[in-house]
Amino acid sequence: MFRFLVRRILGAAVILLIISALVFVLFYAAPRDPARIACGKVCTPETLALVRKNLAISDPLPVQYWEWLKGLFVGRDYSSFGHCDAPCLGFSFQSREPVLDTILDRFPTTVSLSLGAAVIFLIFGVGTGMLAAVKQGKPLDKIASSASLVASSMQIYVVGVFATYLLVDQMHLLDRASYTPFTDNPGKWFSGLLVPWLVLSLIFTANYTRMTRSQMVESLTQDYVRTARAKGLSRRTVFFRFAWRGAMGPIITIFGLDLGVLLGGAIITESTFSLQGLGMLSVKAVQNNDLPVLLGVVLVAAGAIVVFNIIVDAVYALIDPRVRLA
Amino acid sequence: MSSTTPLLDVSGLTKHFPIKGGFPIKRTVGAVQAVDGLDFQVAEGESLGLVGESGCGKSTTGRLITRLLEPTGGRITYRGQDITHAGRKQLAPIRSEIQMIFQDPYASLNPRQTVGKIISGPMEINGINPPGGHEKRVRELLETVGLNPEHYNRFPHEFSGGQRQRIGVARALALEPKLIVADEPVSALDVSIQAQVVNLLQQVQKDLGIAFVFIAHDLAIVRHFSQRVAVMYLGKIVEIADRDDLYNNPRHPYTRALLSAVPEATVDEEPRERIRLTGDVPSPINPPSGCRFRTRCWKATEKCATEAPPLVEAAGNKPGHLTACHYPETTDTVPAPRLSKDGLTKNPEAAA
Amino acid sequence: MSTPFLSVRDLKVHFSTEDGIVKAVDGLSFDLEKGKTLGIVGESGSGKSVTNMAILGLHDPRNTALDGEILLDDKELITATEKELEQLRGNKMSMIFQDALASLSPYHTIGAQISETYRKHTGCSKREARVRAIEMLRRVGIPQPDVRVDDYPHQFSGGMRQRAMIAMALVCDPELLIADEPTTALDVTVQAQIMDLLKDLQQEFGTAIIFITHDLGVIADIADDVLVMYGGRCVERGTKKEVLRDPQHPYTLGLLGSMPALDGPVDVPLSPIPGSPPSLLNPPSGCRFHPRCAFADKVSGGRCSSERPALEVVDGRGAACHLTPEQKRELFTDYAAARTH
Repeated sequence: MFRFLVRRILGAAVILLIISALVFVLFYAAPRDPARIACGKVCTPETLALVRKNLAISDPLPVQYWEWLKGLFVGRDYSSFGHCDAPCLGFSFQSREPVLDTILDRFPTTVSLSLGAAVIFLIFGVGTGMLAAVKQGKPLDKIASSASLVASSMQIYVVGVFATYLLVDQMHLLDRASYTPFTDNPGKWFSGLLVPWLVLSLIFTANYTRMTRSQMVESLTQDYVRTARAKGLSRRTVFFRFAWRGAMGPIITIFGLDLGVLLGGAIITESTFSLQGLGMLSVKAVQNNDLPVLLGVVLVAAGAIVVFNIIVDAVYALIDPRVRLA
Repeated sequence: MSSTTPLLDVSGLTKHFPIKGGFPIKRTVGAVQAVDGLDFQVAEGESLGLVGESGCGKSTTGRLITRLLEPTGGRITYRGQDITHAGRKQLAPIRSEIQMIFQDPYASLNPRQTVGKIISGPMEINGINPPGGHEKRVRELLETVGLNPEHYNRFPHEFSGGQRQRIGVARALALEPKLIVADEPVSALDVSIQAQVVNLLQQVQKDLGIAFVFIAHDLAIVRHFSQRVAVMYLGKIVEIADRDDLYNNPRHPYTRALLSAVPEATVDEEPRERIRLTGDVPSPINPPSGCRFRTRCWKATEKCATEAPPLVEAAGNKPGHLTACHYPETTDTVPAPRLSKDGLTKNPEAAA
Repeated sequence: MSTPFLSVRDLKVHFSTEDGIVKAVDGLSFDLEKGKTLGIVGESGSGKSVTNMAILGLHDPRNTALDGEILLDDKELITATEKELEQLRGNKMSMIFQDALASLSPYHTIGAQISETYRKHTGCSKREARVRAIEMLRRVGIPQPDVRVDDYPHQFSGGMRQRAMIAMALVCDPELLIADEPTTALDVTVQAQIMDLLKDLQQEFGTAIIFITHDLGVIADIADDVLVMYGGRCVERGTKKEVLRDPQHPYTLGLLGSMPALDGPVDVPLSPIPGSPPSLLNPPSGCRFHPRCAFADKVSGGRCSSERPALEVVDGRGAACHLTPEQKRELFTDYAAARTH
């Protein structure tokens, strides 16, 4: 287990390094120059050079990247912004705020949104999928299967707008989407996020229903399930002790990846409901050519995916004794 | 071609599959010794049987001869030409002379191609234009293997298992090969169909004078088909001899045990000799020292653990009958003890 | 004579598929006494496995129709409820399968899988069940059973897995054991070990065994009586000696002729059965073997293709064939001579 963790964390570090370098290169490949934008309409070569220096983008690309990396571990001094403690992600070109603070400010919104939705779609998706598998071929299965097919072909922004119109504006059943920190007011935190949660989890629920059903159906045809029945175990025991075990692996794998992606920012959901999470932050950063913010968000998003990948592999080994971690 | 040069000459043939592992950087930490120093020859038009249990390396051997795998060591000579490490270009002319038939007749045929296309494929690739064109030749081949030439345009799924294997045979014959390596060609088929395919292969071998390396685990079928038979155990040949010598006078204890374990569809008044080996075949990753069979052998001594027995003509063997054993069996050897249950508990290491 | 331990009468197993009804088993009858082994031989699609899934009630009830009578110790199984069958499975009757690796749960230890069966049927404590599991592993010849009991199936070798499977099947001392090609996936030397083990255990416990195989050689080694199936029907029955030495059905004869012997002649071709096994969706009329039968033209009036031959069993011996005994004696002699030594 220790060796597994060390190896995977080293691997993750390499991946993050490559991703951040890639963002650097791609950013400078873009035609727009952030210094020129910041410099304004009347821009002499002298002011442009000064802006460049202030934004810390005057050095050649490898040097810049190296400085940025160094900042992560030992902190960094800017001529214009002053000192920035490690881990330093730099300052936003746009707001002149430290990137780390901005991200830490936005992260709870994204975490609340994605974890809440994940709980809903995991419970309902897997539950419905298992029910459909038990009732294979019966009306319930057919209803669940067709409903999930319809739901999984919907788009978040359509459903989001429609749900807000119907449930909030017309029927006044639920509150308009908003974010209140949990520590401030748990009740408001919940009611403000309920509509986004339901909308975001709708499509995931549909996908998990279909995946769980097909995994269970396949698992039920395995030879060891037949053996368990031949031993005299009841259908119910066989279903929950044997078939479920076999179906769980792929579901957990996909779940880990989905969660990792969501934690990097649910861009469409956030913008549909105007929630200020990481997704919105990254959209703004791209629009504004805000390299430090973009790098920070990409790092967090990639980090979330990589971390959940490691967790998935570890959990997989717990479920399936044939998988050995090394 | 002089009669002294065999069609295929294999010496010291070795294939080790590396195992990657280690920390923190992966490296080769061991090897599956799938095939470890094989010596044998196949004469023109001869059929050599290769038998052994799972993991003995017989299939790997087949893939090495056809050069689907790159040998780790040793030499493969085909008609006097060294093909051990021959590249694609050098192999091209030889590939058409050495063909292979596979076990799973369905998986080895492209489901999206018609039978005509499957069989003519090798001819097109090798730029061979038979008189009368490809189609005529394919129809002839279909007839040779006992299929209706009218089935030229059908797809593999329209045929039964036995018929599919016939298609595989027709494809192998398309280039008029000198040597066919048949890897368990009948073991996926029903008993009544097996006999059809065995008869077909035998007829092909006799009529067209093609040499065969016939790989199988079924000793009775190998005996029926092969003039000479090699018995393999854990990557090594333990015994090789003419068919009658091997089956009537097995000198290696493993050969003898293997023969005695074959269930026969006869009801004998007096029970046959029964030798029951203990446990399973050990892992080829870490094979036993010395003689690899010693952990399951009832005659094993200290010498067997330290010294690997060479494959030689043991005293009392007919010419060409080679045995790799320090203590070869003789016809009057007292039947080996029946080891099945007691042996297991006494010797847990061998069974584990 | 009292009623036999297991009695199957006119069993029919029909599957409904999109293409129509598959008559996988079509009127099968046989008996089995305790302590005896019945070998069921047949090729793929002969209905041999389906029959035994039906005995255990493991068919898929959604698309399978059973008809006939299965009496186990005077208990009718076809009409039994699921609860009743659960009480019998693994307890009074159990089953071992061909592919032991796929048939054992990869997620549970060998010990857990064996004790689970025992606890289900005896209601004993976990500790007692574990002791029993170790005891069973010892009995089937697993070395160091107290250690290996905590291993997972993938840590066992092929032969040991099949031993563990046998231990699991026998943990409740069943009176009927159904073995579905248990040695087909094993090497010959390991196959011989497993068959010896089954024979030893049968002597010890007096279990009735149904041994399903495609290999007449295995039948010769292990069975007392033999039932040959073709196209969902029994074509021949008798003792092992009767069937192997003096086959009375052309199909049995063909099977024997298809198998080379270890000491048979080598320079003559084998005598295979032409053609392929029938489709059960649209089986041949009359005798299902007639399209492949070498002797169908010897029966007058084309009865082989129009009339299903009756299986008349006298003293456990019979064959479903229209040929007269005289014809068989004459036509089969060549084969019979070659088979006996």
